[in-house]
Amino acid sequence: MTALRSALAGLFLALLPLLPGAPRALAQVPDEVLVVGQIAEPASLDPAVSTATNDFRILINLYEGLVRYRPGTLEVEPALAESWTVSEDGRTYDFTLRQGVKFHDGTPFDSQAVKFNFDRMLDKSHPAAGTGPFPLSFFFSAVERVEAPDPRRVRFVLKEPFAPFLSNLAYPTGLIVSPAAVTARGKEFGRNPVGTGPFRFVEWQGGRQVTLDRFPDYWGEPAKLETVIFRPIADPNTRAAEMLSGGIDVMVEVPPDALAQFQSGGFQVHQQAGPHLWYLILNTRQGPLKDKRVRQAVNHAIDKAAIAENILQGTAIPAKGPIAPAFEWAHDPSLAGYPHDPEKARALIREAGAEGASLTFYVAEGGSGMLDPVAMGTAIQADLAEVGLNARIETYEWNTFLANVNPGLEGKADMAEMAWMTNDPDTLPYLTLRTDALPDKGGFNSGYYSNPELDRILEEARRSGDQGRRAELYRQAQRIIVEDAPWAFVAHWKQNAVTTEAVKGFALQPSFFLLLAGVSKE
Amino acid sequence: MASYLLGRLLALVPVLFGLSLIVFLIMALIPGDPALAILGAYATPENVARINEELGLDRSLPVQYATWLGNVLTGDLGRSHSLNRPVLDEVMERFSATLVLAGAALALASVLGLLAGIVSAVRQFGLADKLVTLAVLVGISMPSFWLGLVLILLFAVRWRLLPVSGMYAIYGGGDLPDLLLHLVLPATTLAVVAAGVIARLTRSAMLEVLRQDFVRTARAKGLTERRVVFRHALKAAMVTVIPVIGIQAGFVLGGAVYIETVFQWPGIGRMLVDAIAKRDVLLVQGGVLVVAASYVLFNLLADLLQRLLDPRIAP
Repeated sequence: MTALRSALAGLFLALLPLLPGAPRALAQVPDEVLVVGQIAEPASLDPAVSTATNDFRILINLYEGLVRYRPGTLEVEPALAESWTVSEDGRTYDFTLRQGVKFHDGTPFDSQAVKFNFDRMLDKSHPAAGTGPFPLSFFFSAVERVEAPDPRRVRFVLKEPFAPFLSNLAYPTGLIVSPAAVTARGKEFGRNPVGTGPFRFVEWQGGRQVTLDRFPDYWGEPAKLETVIFRPIADPNTRAAEMLSGGIDVMVEVPPDALAQFQSGGFQVHQQAGPHLWYLILNTRQGPLKDKRVRQAVNHAIDKAAIAENILQGTAIPAKGPIAPAFEWAHDPSLAGYPHDPEKARALIREAGAEGASLTFYVAEGGSGMLDPVAMGTAIQADLAEVGLNARIETYEWNTFLANVNPGLEGKADMAEMAWMTNDPDTLPYLTLRTDALPDKGGFNSGYYSNPELDRILEEARRSGDQGRRAELYRQAQRIIVEDAPWAFVAHWKQNAVTTEAVKGFALQPSFFLLLAGVSKE
Repeated sequence: MASYLLGRLLALVPVLFGLSLIVFLIMALIPGDPALAILGAYATPENVARINEELGLDRSLPVQYATWLGNVLTGDLGRSHSLNRPVLDEVMERFSATLVLAGAALALASVLGLLAGIVSAVRQFGLADKLVTLAVLVGISMPSFWLGLVLILLFAVRWRLLPVSGMYAIYGGGDLPDLLLHLVLPATTLAVVAAGVIARLTRSAMLEVLRQDFVRTARAKGLTERRVVFRHALKAAMVTVIPVIGIQAGFVLGGAVYIETVFQWPGIGRMLVDAIAKRDVLLVQGGVLVVAASYVLFNLLADLLQRLLDPRIAP
């Protein structure tokens, strides 16, 4: 059914450009209003509750954090905090807050508001603790306490040095909500959001739209648009049809098959590689992949360029290692990775005596950041067959897939697909490759990789307050991980969006956020 | 009649109870849980345990079900964790949208199906009959999501006569003409299969009735053919056709899941699909209860209509 469905849908999309249009305006939206076609209904507009990129695209326009990512990068710059200092021991962060900032409900933004926000997430006895659950509050689990010595100053004391702290503050979980509105609305705050951002909330109609309009009392450069409307359009073909018919101005997550038809004819295609990695977890504890040479052979066998170009149609770039190039400061551009080399793969397999070995391969049907997992899994299976490895695919629905993979692959599978999108180079290796991150210790090291040298480097990088030193450590980490090959590194996703020609000032961000304050329509 | 009605309504109670138990068990048996859906890649055992505790999912299954049932009896369907709002609010909002779509589709299917069935019965083996039979065959065989996409392609993208998706214009809409404009494509798509089934059935029912003695009597009395067909034959044929329309109401509600996705109709079918993917048990329960209750009520309505039409069916 799914195959038939996508085949027919593909045929539909292929037919579209053949039909000459007879443009006739149907319910034109005025220039001050921008309509964004989203992939789904948001779950919540409370940044402490929300976990999905789909929601973040709205949140980032309603709220601000103490810091934010400088446009075009994943490096932090001041936002609601004007400046900050970090203590010698890396445990105390002092922020000086911007003055004259108001929430959309008119209440002032001050240090008490900041304290309220973090206490709400971290302190179970806080009066607003019941407005959760706060799934990502562990982003700030290093925080021991938040102090507000005076209205303009706020101090975070950490339990131990934690370098990704600033980067986490720029993540949506760190966005600042209005304490007055949370207190007044309780659990309904997520559907009645109040922040300090350039846009304020107007209405949310279930399954239909979320509407924002310009906040006139915004402290910074006011938004150019009067109104932004986010529409959930779950079916990608319908989303493409809305774009072609002029029903929406911006479309995010364009399916690779549909991208070509927007390359001309009054549309602009935007692409931006992000901090994403698509890889295979390899079982280093048992089976043929216990041998490093076979793991390296798997890496050499996979034709990453063909997957990025043919299956993903240019919506991804081949991966060479564990840290995405989007983390410019930490990524090692000199890394060669594993070029496609079946000859070498066969030689390594021969050396290891693993010719004709059978591998159980977990493939997901879909899932967050998984791109086109079935087609990619099939291509990898064919590449492995080419070098004499016999991969047997088992396919699972995403939720079931995670329930199988997260507890570890032992006794079940030799390899499994996986994808992560993170906001700091620390996150992925720290949660998935350390000895202390093995599944029985509560981590995601489902392939049981363990290397004390890497453990030490990652620990130091997390504690170091000096970005130059951290960068050096992450380069060392990348070299070790690539050499040991606990994963097969496959692809980094490029997010894409299509806008009409009338949309100006639009740019995608490596953070995958959708910043609309500077966007206009002509 | 009143006691019959009361009996049928009371029979609804065990049906809904059993259904809620089955849905609850299925949701408990399928792998994966809400915490995984919420946390995605960040689902460490520690985080999962924390979320489960906050959602009350760390309690035993019988306790969870009993709590839910107790709340339902007081009119509280609980809170959806995937949408962070009360289940009742969401279900009512979404179900009313589905009712509009399914109602329009069923009305359209009934009118088209009856007309086509009557025409092809009256002109049996004629050109009209052959055309109707062909159209019915095509209509029943075509996958409806594909038909939906083709209609969008032609009427919305190419000719720009109708909107692509949604229930109202997102800007400056919201009135009845706007709603009707948005209804045309999804209601037509959804109506096609049901119309085909109704047409086939109407044709055979009419053919049977038209050969009966009372029709010959009516013709012999010198009544016009129009009066014979519509007043006498159709009324008798409807006794067979109406229960089928009642059953089609169920299929239309079911088919709405696909159609709501293709046309981004903010209905309950789409809501249920999302709720299942996110393992939102309370939302699934609430949605299924409402859909099931309405399905049973539709059939009851069809049975009552049948009684009114045919005095031979004892009350």
